[in-house]
Order: sequence, then structure tokens, then C-alpha cells
Amino acid sequence: MTIHEIENQLVDEFAAFDDWLDKYDLILDMGKSLPPIDPKYKTDQFIISGCQSKVWLHAEYREGKVFFTADSDAIITKGIVSMLVSVLSGQTPDAIQFADLSFIDQIGLKEHLSPTRSNGLASMVKQMKLYAMVFKMKS
Amino acid sequence: MSFDIQSVRADFPILSQTIYKRPLIYFDNAATTQKPLQVIHAISKYYEEDNCNIHRGVHYLSVKATEAFEEARKEIREFINATSTHEVIFTKGASESLNLVAASFGKKFLKPGDEVITTIMEHHSNFVPWQIICAEKGATLKIANILPNGELDLEHLYSLISEHTKIIAITHVSNVLGTINPVKEIISYAHRQGIPVLVDGAQGVSHISVDVTDLDCDFYCFSGHKMYGPMGIGVLYGKEKWLEELPPYQSGGEMVKDVNIERTTYNELPFKFEAGTPNVEGVMGLRAAVQYLKNLGMDEIHAYEDSLLKHAVERFSSICDMRFFGTAPSKASLVSFLIGDIHPFDAGTIIDKMGIAVRTGHHCAQPLIDHFGIPGTVRASFAFYNTIEEIEKLADAVSRVKTMFR
Ligand SMILES: Cc1ncc(COP(=O)(O)O)c(C=O)c1O
Repeated sequence: MTIHEIENQLVDEFAAFDDWLDKYDLILDMGKSLPPIDPKYKTDQFIISGCQSKVWLHAEYREGKVFFTADSDAIITKGIVSMLVSVLSGQTPDAIQFADLSFIDQIGLKEHLSPTRSNGLASMVKQMKLYAMVFKMKS
Repeated sequence: MSFDIQSVRADFPILSQTIYKRPLIYFDNAATTQKPLQVIHAISKYYEEDNCNIHRGVHYLSVKATEAFEEARKEIREFINATSTHEVIFTKGASESLNLVAASFGKKFLKPGDEVITTIMEHHSNFVPWQIICAEKGATLKIANILPNGELDLEHLYSLISEHTKIIAITHVSNVLGTINPVKEIISYAHRQGIPVLVDGAQGVSHISVDVTDLDCDFYCFSGHKMYGPMGIGVLYGKEKWLEELPPYQSGGEMVKDVNIERTTYNELPFKFEAGTPNVEGVMGLRAAVQYLKNLGMDEIHAYEDSLLKHAVERFSSICDMRFFGTAPSKASLVSFLIGDIHPFDAGTIIDKMGIAVRTGHHCAQPLIDHFGIPGTVRASFAFYNTIEEIEKLADAVSRVKTMFR
């Protein structure tokens, strides 16, 4: 699926819920489907530190595509991380670099990606795009 | 209760709004308090009728604004019972007051081998400025510990004092634990050994009646915005003998007496420490806030807030898995907690969606949070406009968080 198709799917899933607490229940579920990161990458070297919760991110390049694994010590953050990974993982560096990730805004989670939110997610997106750029330059 | 909570709440229009389709409950008062109409009106009145640069002009408006500004200084002097108005310096806030003392005191009095004592429960604003000036001067910063219940370990504090100790900088009330430190006792102990004491009163003035003369502190710092006044205005109280000795912190207009090419002489107190055009609207707002607090009565406020705290502690203790940080017997009205192992960010996000503003994270007191070995806490800090019903709603939200993250 393209980035856009996955984004739309997520937006539809969230549209089914009206109450914020239900939306967050869904986010928690999403966290559970995040592919586990290899424990050897859960070190400071792979940490994206926000002020409040920690995110670990690892990327691999295979056959022209970038694959991400990640984790967080906060469950809501992990849920959102999981969405970002499901949207961007397995895509080409070009697609990743140009993704505008507007689904976050459409779902109403924009606050989580604002740089002032200081929970590391804005830096996480930056880091994912940086990986994509580096893999592209190397290949 | 001598407290008419409904009429008090009517003074705070911001409290009557709805967020996420739920009535707003504001429990982030330790970060900043809301402002009553009296404060808001004082600021707009100032701009509508009195705005002018002060201490400079001879014309009508300038004289009027200057008088109001100096009248405000008198009211604040009275509020904290300082001896003289020129011991009341207007700053941007507690942080600036603390930076001013650390920088000016350090410049004049610290040399290699000297020691400054502070505590593990300080806000970064009363920690980092001392760390910086100590590093610059080759002095050592010593840190007093706390007991498991969040009380200051007085024995440890006293054991740190030596002939090299130049100043003790300590918070009146901890913004994370709520602990009210026995500052009067500490000051008298330190003074017997000739050591001055600075008190960070950012969390003190809004909760308890503060009398700097009775405390006998050498410096007392606080912010307007945490005591129902505007942002960007704060106070440094300092004993005259210290303020006379300290070198100026910033320079510019207003703080000088005479400037010529060779040499500048400084203005007298308090103007020596008030370089540039001051925040006059802030001072007008702060004055209105002080009047508001005086009207309600600090003792009445303390009693009411204490009843909120007691209720909260009792109610939350009945929820299993609650972990409290800071259970000192003498405590301001806030609770810092974790729900089992649930990350404070997760808890705070859900509590927010239930319409309740709490603070999560390290609360600008990282050394303290590291001391507990936790990622942060959830903090609900109460003000006199909060109610028992609101605390009940927070308890419901906590239960909800528990089920969500089980
Ligand atoms: C104990 C304490 N000291 C100092 C400060 C700094 O106050 P301000 O940010 O208003 O300068 C705070 C603010 O949170 C505080 O709680």
C-alpha cells in the first residue's frame, strides 16, 4: 500500500469514534501491534529524547526500502509511534522524505507532533526522514 | 466555611469554560494560577487611563503612573512585611530574582574554595544559577538531602555547613513535593554562624502568609503569576544591608545616578536593580492580586486549601496502586503521584482528555526526580477556587486511567 492509502485507513478507523477516550483506547491498541525493536537497539544511541517520554528508533535498508522498528516507555507515545511506523516502514526513501503525514492532523493528534509538545515525536519524524535521506545517498 | 466559593469562582471567568465537552478543572496552579477580574481590569485600566513611562517625565500622566507604581511597591512591602520599600525590587519573576542574587552575590562574595548550600528539592531556577556561579568562581555547590517522606533532612543540611559556607539557598515550598520547609528555623541556625539565607518563595507566597521580617531571611524571591497576578513580573526582597553591598545585575536607564565618559555612579535602592523601563502593567496587576489575596485573607486561603489537600489525600489513598511523592506533615496543597507503573505522560494525557489540567514530567526539578528514580510524576496543585467536587472528578479520572492501562 502507498503511504497515502495507509494514512486514509487510519483516519477511517479513528472516524468511527466520537469520544476522545475511545480514540485513545484505539491508540493503545495500535501500540500493541508495533513490531518489537531488537533489545540491542534499546540503548542511548538510538534514543530520541523528548522531555517526557523516551522513544527508541532503528532503521534498516533492504531492497530499496526502509524498515523501521521502535519502542517507547509511554504507552500512548508507543501507539502513535506505531502509527508512524506502519505508515512509513517498508516505503522507499523518496516516499518517506516527501510524506506530509497529514493523517496525524486529520485524526486530531497534531498536538502530539508539535515541537513544543516535547515528547520526542516531532524529532522522531525528523529522524525517520533523516534515515531515508542517508540511505538514499548511500545507495 | 467562611469561604464563599461560588462568588470566588465568579471572579475567575476562565474557569467556567468547557473543554473536550467537559467542564474545565484547573489543577495546574503550581505552574501558574488564574487571574481574577480585579487583576485583568487593573491592567486594562492602566492602559486605558494611566499609561506612561515612569520616574522620568514631569507631566501629569508620568507623575500619576509613577505614583501608582510606587504605591504598589508599598502595598507589596506591606504584604510581605518588609521593613522598607526600597527592599522591594521588581523583576521579571522568581527566576530573574534568583539569577540576580546568584550572579551579584557570587561576583562579590564567592572565591575559590567557598561553598554554597542548596537542596535536592530545588526548582532548576534555584539550582542552575548557583551551579553556574560556583563553577565560574571555583566554589563548590553542596546539596542537602531529603527524607523518604519528602521532608528536608535537616541534620544533613546542618552537617554541610562549614567555615567555607557563604550562603544557603533553599525553597520555601517544594513545587513537586509540596513540602513546606522550616525556613525560619534554618535561617536562625545559619545566622548563628553568620551565614545569609536566600528563600525561593515562588510556591510560598500564594499559599501561606509570608513575613520576611519574622523569617529574618536575607533574600526572598517570588513571581506574580503564581499568586494570581500577571506574568512577567516578580519580586526580589533583600535586606537593605545586602542590597547595598551587591553590585548591579544589569545596567541601563533608571539604575544610574550620574553617567559621564570616565565613570558611572549608580542610583540608590531599589532603582539600582531596576534597569530600563519596568513592567508597569505587571506591577499594576500584581498590586491588584495582592489586594485580592488580602481581601480573602491568607489564613482563610490556607485553611481552605488545607481542607482540599486533606480530602485529596484521603480520597486518593483509597485507590490502590497510588504512589505518593511528598507526604511531609507540613505541606502545601498539592499532590504528586504515580498510578502503579503507568507512565506519567500516559496518565496526564488521559486526565487532560477528561477536562482536567494536571502537570506531568519532572516539573523543572530533575535532580529530585532522579533521586526518586522515576520518569516524573503527575502533579495536581490546588488553589482556593478549586472544590471537593473537582477532586472527586480527578479521582474518577485516575480510576479511568487505571482501567485503560491495566
Ligand atoms: C519553587 C519554584 N521556584 C522558582 C520557580 C520559577 O518561577 P518563574 O518561572 O515564574 O520564574 C518556580 C516555577 O515553577 C518554582 O516552582
